[in-house]
Amino acid sequence: MSSLSRDDVAKLAGLARIEMTEAELVELSSQFGLILDAVARVQEMDLSGVKATSHPQPLENIARPDVVLPSLSPEDALSGAPAQEESRFRVPQILGEAE
Amino acid sequence: MIRNTAAQMADALAKGETTSVELTQAHLDRIAAVDGQVKAFLHVDSQGALAQAKDVDARRAKGEKLSPIAGIPLALKDVLAQKSVPTTAGSKILQGWLPPYDSTVVSKLKAAGVVIMGKTNMDEFAMGSSTENSGYGPTFNPWDLTRTPGGSSGGSAAAVSAFEAPLAIGSDTGGSIRQPAALTGIVGVRPTYGAVSRFGLIAYSSSLDQAGPFGRTVLDTALLHEVMAGHDVKDATSINAPVPAVVAAAKSGDVKGMKIGVIKQLQGEGYQKGVQTRFDESLQVLASLGAEIVEVDCPSFEYALAAYYLIAPSECSSNLARFDAMRYGLRTGDVDGASAEAVMSATRDAGFGREVKRRIILGTYALSSGYYDAYYGSAQKIRTLIIQDYAKAFTKADVLVSPTAPTTAYKIGEKVDDPMAMYLGDVATIPVNLAGICGMSLPAGLADEDNLPVGFQIMAPAMQDQRLYQVGAALEAALLTKWGAPILSKAPELKGAK
Repeated sequence: MSSLSRDDVAKLAGLARIEMTEAELVELSSQFGLILDAVARVQEMDLSGVKATSHPQPLENIARPDVVLPSLSPEDALSGAPAQEESRFRVPQILGEAE
Repeated sequence: MIRNTAAQMADALAKGETTSVELTQAHLDRIAAVDGQVKAFLHVDSQGALAQAKDVDARRAKGEKLSPIAGIPLALKDVLAQKSVPTTAGSKILQGWLPPYDSTVVSKLKAAGVVIMGKTNMDEFAMGSSTENSGYGPTFNPWDLTRTPGGSSGGSAAAVSAFEAPLAIGSDTGGSIRQPAALTGIVGVRPTYGAVSRFGLIAYSSSLDQAGPFGRTVLDTALLHEVMAGHDVKDATSINAPVPAVVAAAKSGDVKGMKIGVIKQLQGEGYQKGVQTRFDESLQVLASLGAEIVEVDCPSFEYALAAYYLIAPSECSSNLARFDAMRYGLRTGDVDGASAEAVMSATRDAGFGREVKRRIILGTYALSSGYYDAYYGSAQKIRTLIIQDYAKAFTKADVLVSPTAPTTAYKIGEKVDDPMAMYLGDVATIPVNLAGICGMSLPAGLADEDNLPVGFQIMAPAMQDQRLYQVGAALEAALLTKWGAPILSKAPELKGAK
């Protein structure tokens, strides 16, 4: 049976940028064995020589005519912003001095 | 009035026997009376709906040419952006968000004069099969308020089933229109992938997501399908071709000489007895109408569920990265000196529910280096085999059929702690999504053991959506003759209803 340890889940949660409580990490780790066993069935078939499908439509490089169309005003674009300053999104510190 | 079909309502509007304001008010009254129990709606926009209704009435009075469903009220799944109306996708991370734009589906509804009454409940970001994963509490099945209406479009299906709306819109990534339609005794269609624009449809799994119509009859569903479908330059995966003639097909409903393929892998073991019985009966009805029933073999379908639960979580782990607490939606933990990464992690913990977190983590795992080929890569190859199985099956049959869901509606809470049991409910609907083709569920009667609705699924090749309606209409008419009354007349009356 497959398994994923509490630490494995913690690492994945970090990659996915989701802070998780200890209880959540333990619960997910206990559920993952069954889920992974179920999805691992995709490896049961002989897939050599089978092409991968990423998308059901055989479309490639779809472009629309290069025409200027109306778009959101700065006010509308900022209307849902958790914080704003001088017509810009105000975000927490991304670069700069390490704490 | 609210128990009529949308087609009858449209007829009454055209003849001046009623107005859209009257019709809309009647439905708003019904919502006020019964939605406290059903909880189909997350937001009811009474004012906006009545304003739209008044506008349509005025246009009709002036003699303007209107769409066939102008003035008909509709319930909209909360996954579609509607300008200045709360849109949450069932998630706390979007609580209070007012989209600054309309999705293309909403633009089309508005242009057609359809009255949008409100936003319906759903599993968070459409991840789930029971509407129990909503961040705002579950929706209850009008047939039995202790049971789920299915999901993820459970709110939309329950609204139509409970006569709160004659029409509704859902979205179907792994069966989220067809399965709730089956569990609530109504009609639901997942159109061909690319037939309905995804612009403004909050993304779960982009290569599988597709919005589609709900109605109480095949014709009503077709009327809505025709209005919401069509090419859109704002969606690069939108198909640039005319909308299939679904309304004409729903009006003809002839199956004489058609070949109907029963998929060997989607019946028998694992299917509730009453579900299988109603399915077999419907096949006999179709045969008696002159259709030829053949069996088709789709061996790779056995792996469809596994492939889906790798592809969809993988795509969702990428799509939901946009909820980063920076530009819209929830932001928590933004204290002095907190890094963007810390704020993002705290916000996503507070804003996402258990199932969403589970799928993001599963997708992150399936896409991580070292596991990518074994999981996501293999799933993509299974997808190719499923497409090939369908292609082969469609050389032997014009449409393919199966039960929509293996069981009737189950109890609220029954499967919520057992993700794998919940996922198994999607076993018959998922192959359609993986292949990008179209599918319909329509009522096949009630299961003997629990008197709950059973769905009959019809599948057709890409952009042959009219075949669903042609076969669906024929079966619906024959079953109606057999039953003597529509299936919803057998549903118990809700408390508080007039």
